[in-house]
Amino acid sequence: MALLEVKNLTVRAEDKEILRGINLTVNAGEVHAIMGPNGSGKSTLARALAGHPGYEVTGGEVTYQGEDLLELAADARARKGLFMAFQYPVEIPGVNNAYFLKAALNAKRKEAGLEEYDAMDFMTLVKEKARLLQIDETMLQRSVNEGFSGGEKKRNEIFHMAVLEPVLAVLDETDSGLDIDALKVVAEGVNALRGPDRAFVVVTHYQRLLDYIVPDVVHVLSEGRIVRSGGRELALELEAKGYGWLETAGAGA
Amino acid sequence: MATVAERHETLRAEQERFARAGSAAPAALRALRAAGAARFDALGLPTTRLEDWRFTNIAPIAATGFRLAGEDAAGAPALVDAVGVEAAARVVVVNGRFAPALSTLGGLAPHVRVQGLAAALAADPAAVTARLDIPDTDHAFIALNTSFLEDGLHIEVAPEAVVEGFVHLIYVTTASDAPVMTHPRTLIVAGARSRLRLAQSFVGAGGAVYLTNTVTDVMLGDGAFVDIVTDQREAATAFHVAALRVDCGAASEFHSRAFTLGGRIVRNDLLARLGGEGAHVTLDGVYLGDDHQLIDNHTSIDHAMPHCTSHELYKGILDDHARAVFNGRIVVRLDAQKTDAKQTNRALLLADTAQINSNPQLEIFADDVKCTHGAAVGQLDDEAMFYLQARGLPYVEARDMLLHAFAGEVLQGIAHAPLRAAVEAALFERLERDLARHDAVEGRR
Ligand SMILES: Nc1ncnc2c1ncn2[C@@H]1O[C@H](COP(=O)(O)OP(=O)(O)OP(=O)(O)O)[C@@H](O)[C@H]1O
Ligand SMILES: [Mg+2]
Repeated sequence: MALLEVKNLTVRAEDKEILRGINLTVNAGEVHAIMGPNGSGKSTLARALAGHPGYEVTGGEVTYQGEDLLELAADARARKGLFMAFQYPVEIPGVNNAYFLKAALNAKRKEAGLEEYDAMDFMTLVKEKARLLQIDETMLQRSVNEGFSGGEKKRNEIFHMAVLEPVLAVLDETDSGLDIDALKVVAEGVNALRGPDRAFVVVTHYQRLLDYIVPDVVHVLSEGRIVRSGGRELALELEAKGYGWLETAGAGA
Repeated sequence: MATVAERHETLRAEQERFARAGSAAPAALRALRAAGAARFDALGLPTTRLEDWRFTNIAPIAATGFRLAGEDAAGAPALVDAVGVEAAARVVVVNGRFAPALSTLGGLAPHVRVQGLAAALAADPAAVTARLDIPDTDHAFIALNTSFLEDGLHIEVAPEAVVEGFVHLIYVTTASDAPVMTHPRTLIVAGARSRLRLAQSFVGAGGAVYLTNTVTDVMLGDGAFVDIVTDQREAATAFHVAALRVDCGAASEFHSRAFTLGGRIVRNDLLARLGGEGAHVTLDGVYLGDDHQLIDNHTSIDHAMPHCTSHELYKGILDDHARAVFNGRIVVRLDAQKTDAKQTNRALLLADTAQINSNPQLEIFADDVKCTHGAAVGQLDDEAMFYLQARGLPYVEARDMLLHAFAGEVLQGIAHAPLRAAVEAALFERLERDLARHDAVEGRR
């Protein structure tokens, strides 16, 4: 059984039809990359999977771990191991980053019937993850994303992922805005989590990320549909030729 | 509808009864009361025809025949314990009268004098009356308070004296068969370069109908520092009208952090005068409104001298049919060059039926000044809610986290940690209660 099975998914936001029939199968252990031009619907797919209430599913099915994902609210999805790294992480003044992360982790553990972490155990865990991802510890004690630089926000997303240890992580352009060293650190964070029970869907514009996080499958999303899927050489081809040739190919296919 | 004259018939009868009973009081005090009564007569109880009361209909106060609260202190210790925090001194006022038996003044150094106002008046009627005689009030409730002036608190800090910790003033109204009113008067005189932190807690018997009409006057000498936390936790059935008048000397610093939790109709007037160069005031507040509560915060800052700063941040959380008014007046006089004034009022409306009227009122006569004001009214930030939920927090937990953050900005300003914890706990306990009902209706828990 696939970890994630998306069948003919159509999604609308504010009366605009954005996704027009997405089919995607992700098995445990795999990394899928999603590429595609601006406005093609990549973030919409990520948000719809995460359960954003502003995105209305008008048709199709999504099965996650054998369960109807669309039946679950965003928070329930997260507690079942789905994680989305935001393309634009939200600034939340007054909410302490570490405090929030502890609440999120404990919500998940509680649901799994595990003992909740106390402040001490949590800080020990978090400091270790922070060191791994070269996160400055002062970032833990600041308000969530508030005043973080673009790169710090992305790193913080991966840090949250590292602490929450999701089963399926959807990373929406986590590489955008990262300098080359940060990109490597983020990729290491992802690779450290890779394993036979987990999967990743990585949205990116740049094949460079895929040098570090090597995908099993590359998909191209265009105008709300996946118009081409292939191996990692597809990313190289896109880098060289752009998307123009594909859209015609996709339309003719 | 009853006419204004008819409406305060009971009040006038009480004033007359009070005057007769107090005929032995010092002449200066009797004159002050009489002036208050005359002023109140001329003003009458405010109606919504007055600009300053446009959104605040006090008809339920006018329609209740309040008698002056008696001396029965039964139940007072429990109410005091409910709000009391470990402090350098605890000063209790029961039904408008200083209650030495419930107070502990032992922890105060001799350069801080805390007395009942009645005692201070008896000891030195001319001087204390002169200090209380702050003229020129258009505020009928202040005049009403003066007409009933009898007791309250008198706090005096000697020049240069530093009060360690904080002094907790607790105003209690005990249960009674019929509606009662209290008119506590508090006079705080902070000598030059002295430092004083205070809290004023207001509390009353649950379910009782009463009116607290409190007036607090604070005078800061040059370079003095005074910080007052107002912890208003009146019964939900009570009415609370409060005036805080502040007069700031040169280079003095005054901070007010006002937390409004209780009361059916609440009206707070904060009137600060920056009367010396280089003075600063902070007026911050959090107000919670639920049910059919009406909460009106009127602040007025008079920048009379150059190089003064004022900083104002009010935050409201309104649910159900609650209504709030925020009126922030800032006057910058011709001479008050280099004024720096900042005012912000933010309100979160958790229900479509909650309302706020927010009105900045800037009157600027000087030309070299920096004045900013902003008002924001809205719901909880959807994207922030989604972010928290998408990391696994259930709706209620995510919302509460955002509400804590919202109020936290003002709570942080409470310097004394145990006091901050107590106010925070009261605030969120109250919020939790309101929201539990709200969530039950919407099927969230
Ligand atoms: N909430 C919304 N309301 C209305 N339109 C939306 C909404 N969200 C997305 N859209 C529109 O849907 C289209 C797809 O947006 P989406 O953010 O999914 O694109 P994307 O592929 O992630 O683009 P990019 O590469 O620029 O991040 C765009 O035209 C966008 O304007
Ligand atoms: Mg996008």
